[in-house]
Amino acid sequence: MAARRWLARCVAAALAAAVRCNAGEPALGAQSQDALRSAGPQASQVLDLWLLTLGICTAVFAAILVAFVWALWRAPRASAGTPADTTGLTQVEHRPRRVVIVALGASTVLLFVLLVASVSTDRSLAQLVLRDAVHIEVTAHQWWWSARYDNEEAAKTFTVANELHIPVGRPVIMTLRSDDVIHSLWVPNLAGKKDLIPGRTATLTLRADRPGVYRGQCAEFCGAQHAWMAFLVHAEPAAQYEAWVARQREPAATPVAERALRGRQVFLQSTCVMCHAIGGSGAGGQRGPDLTHLAGRTTLAAGALANDAAHLAAWITDPSAFKPGTNMPGHVLPPDDLQALVAYLGTLE
Amino acid sequence: MNTTSEVDLTARNQVPPSEADRQALEATWRDPAGLVGWFSAINHKTIGVRFIVTAFGFFVAGGLLAAVMRLQLARPQNTLVGPDLYNQLFTMHGTTMMFLFAVPVMQAMATYLVPLMVGARSIAFPRMNAFAYWLYLFGGLMLYIAFALNIGPDAGWFTYVPLAGPDFSPGKRVDFWAQLITFTEFSGLLEAVIVITTVFKLRAVGMTLNRIPLFVWAMLVTAFMVMFAMPAVMLTSTALILDRLVGTHFFNPAEGGDALLWQHLFWFFGHPEVYFIFLPGLGFMSAIIPTFVRRPIFGYSAMVLALIATAFLSFGLWVHHMFATNLPELGKGFFTAMSLMIAIPSAVQIFCWIATLWTGRIHLKTPLLFVLAFFFILVLGGMTGLMLAMVPLDLQVHDTYFVVAHLHYVLIGGAVFPLLGAIYYWYPKITGRLMNETMGRWNFWLFFIGFNTAFFPMHLLGMKGMPRRVYTYPAGMGWDTMNLVATVGAVTIAVSMLLFVINVWRSLRHGQVAGDNPWGAGTLEWATSSPPPAANFDALPVVHGREPLWEAAPEPTQVRGMATGQREVLVTTVVDARPDHRSVFPDSSIWPFISAVATTVLFVGSIFTPWAVVWASVPVAIALTVWFWPRRGETEREMLLEKSP
Repeated sequence: MAARRWLARCVAAALAAAVRCNAGEPALGAQSQDALRSAGPQASQVLDLWLLTLGICTAVFAAILVAFVWALWRAPRASAGTPADTTGLTQVEHRPRRVVIVALGASTVLLFVLLVASVSTDRSLAQLVLRDAVHIEVTAHQWWWSARYDNEEAAKTFTVANELHIPVGRPVIMTLRSDDVIHSLWVPNLAGKKDLIPGRTATLTLRADRPGVYRGQCAEFCGAQHAWMAFLVHAEPAAQYEAWVARQREPAATPVAERALRGRQVFLQSTCVMCHAIGGSGAGGQRGPDLTHLAGRTTLAAGALANDAAHLAAWITDPSAFKPGTNMPGHVLPPDDLQALVAYLGTLE
Repeated sequence: MNTTSEVDLTARNQVPPSEADRQALEATWRDPAGLVGWFSAINHKTIGVRFIVTAFGFFVAGGLLAAVMRLQLARPQNTLVGPDLYNQLFTMHGTTMMFLFAVPVMQAMATYLVPLMVGARSIAFPRMNAFAYWLYLFGGLMLYIAFALNIGPDAGWFTYVPLAGPDFSPGKRVDFWAQLITFTEFSGLLEAVIVITTVFKLRAVGMTLNRIPLFVWAMLVTAFMVMFAMPAVMLTSTALILDRLVGTHFFNPAEGGDALLWQHLFWFFGHPEVYFIFLPGLGFMSAIIPTFVRRPIFGYSAMVLALIATAFLSFGLWVHHMFATNLPELGKGFFTAMSLMIAIPSAVQIFCWIATLWTGRIHLKTPLLFVLAFFFILVLGGMTGLMLAMVPLDLQVHDTYFVVAHLHYVLIGGAVFPLLGAIYYWYPKITGRLMNETMGRWNFWLFFIGFNTAFFPMHLLGMKGMPRRVYTYPAGMGWDTMNLVATVGAVTIAVSMLLFVINVWRSLRHGQVAGDNPWGAGTLEWATSSPPPAANFDALPVVHGREPLWEAAPEPTQVRGMATGQREVLVTTVVDARPDHRSVFPDSSIWPFISAVATTVLFVGSIFTPWAVVWASVPVAIALTVWFWPRRGETEREMLLEKSP
């Protein structure tokens, strides 16, 4: 185990140096979607395994290349007319045979090391302590995510879309379902991926040990907008997380400003309510993302757009311009109504 | 009996049959002239060349699709192509490369080379061979016509349900994909039967099992794999068509079907498929290395056993494509172990080749350059394959650009580089002229550098979180530079392929005349003229060793007494290749072509109505009946031959 750690550390240092010189790196703390920057025990155990494997494989690769290049280097040159040396057909070539057998033995041993490392990592991934876990039921849709935070008291259960918040240091159990086709949930900084398959239920367990915003993305091709089926995981200190949970449990407040009130009316009188829910407003559509606390999110349309008034207005008017093939139809509203609607949605903190 | 090899070889090559015999043979085995004759051709060399050219045509088409994808991904949030076209592009690219290029091109090479390498007059079932070629061509054309009409498949080359099912892929797009599978698998299965029969029954007298050239062994093993793997995908694609066309519920969980069933059946075929692209590549390696290292391969028996072991193991690792689907732990352990274990037979072959290089004398020509690239590219791809075999690692990199990098390192390094080497190697045999050596080196280095530039960064892209099959990606994820570099690499590959095409084209006219055996190789195909006569050999060779042209051989060196006025072949025993009996092969016929047209009408028609299966089977039945109807004259001639050989 000590040797493995030591090897892992050596390779880590080399790799980190290689990674750092890569341009266009997002600053830490910004959204990160990177299996090489683990933020929790699941991802970091995989990273250890990766470094070990990388070390062994690089060594073997180098050895093969050296043998190969050396063979080319030392062999005398010939031409098409050089008579072929056919002694190998009649005599056993003892020396090369010994070398091949030894190389084969060594390869087998190394493969066995990899097998043991893989199985033991898999075991320890399965042994994440789940005491005091947060339960989230994630459902994938073409092309967005909904997440229900369960609680024993039905009234304390709430639903969010495309952005999850989790407490740092507490395990999270995600129950995974799909509403339509196969999707795959993947937050590389936190854990490996798991498919969401219609007709089946899967479970993903993870824990974030470092606060931050981690981006995830659907990893199984799921149709036209597979590319824009992202989501964010905000890993926060306990107090901040609890405050967020408390806010999510509240229904949306009826706005006071006149314009926003008008926007609320536009929302409730248009086809928006067929698909979207806003807690406390009476709108209870289930086909699209829940909008109760829309303004608290950083992105729109599963990571496709920044969440600001201009993007929101453009998205409502013509979603296909940003996500061709999306299931949300465009709504051409009179400019006043549109501005009012955006103002109302902006109040849904 | 002569004692020195020099004298022996000359002696053998100087016992030609009479000129009259030669002309009679040529007249008997030649394909007929004229337009009807062109469609009636069944000679394995004619079909082989058409097959190879068609497969390379699809390779170029698939490559151009990839180039468009790379241009789209060169920048974040690029708008060159939208998601609808992009999804068709990557589906078409994968489908083309796997079903219309990689598998068929290997069978095409076998169609041309195997009879020559085993010293036979013809491939087994020559009409079926022509039929298989036409089916393959028509299937490919159907797919590309659909794509040109903007109804190309768009659910990925793996076509996972329920995305590909009737609810989420309405229209005909996926049906074209499913029917393409029917076409190519049908053709592939026929080719497998043909190759196995040729290798088992038509080998030259004396070519015992342990004297079969390694390329032929590789194709034999591949053909067996095809026979066992392809039925799984034919079954599952038929179930998909039924779900889509007549409302069955094989894959519909709401009605008791199962979405995962598709993945099991698909990958039960899909993983062996990788190996039946890879094994012929290994065969090319084992054919080319000895010639340019001037010695027989080291460890022949180990190489053969490694090929067979690979074939067996490859059926036990399909689930490593499905690690993310919530499998039982024990199952995962088994498939990890199997996936790691398959590295052992590959290692055997790699070590044996290095031993061959180590103990040989090197004649460094373009074909050797291409196969040597294997040692860098494939070995690297094999290493990343080990990573993918390990469940925890796979769950991070599965369905990311890491896998894109891995599969291209394996398939291009393991199959395409050796294949291009094989084209440079056997081109003089096929055309009688050598390809240009300088252009060949440019071709090689541009391809090698372009390939690594395009695909190496993808390993890191995958680790840094970029999923595959996305038509675009946001800026600021740290992916921009590497994507741009990959695109530059892709363009370099395109340039190298252009050079390759120019070299093939120019050398047809301007290449240096090759002669029978320009590389001084040791296997039988080099014993005949370049290009070979219609009957392959003026006199059927008798084989006394593994490298017949390199070894001193006792008499007899050829078979006498075969008919020249009839397509007569000598059938030999499976293990020892002793003469068994003579058999008369069929004449050229247009009916395989007509049967293929009728079958195509049935397959394409059934995309639109299930009744096509009923009504279109009538012309198929008629065409097949005429194809197999015995001709009175032919039968009489054969009877005559039986009485007086």
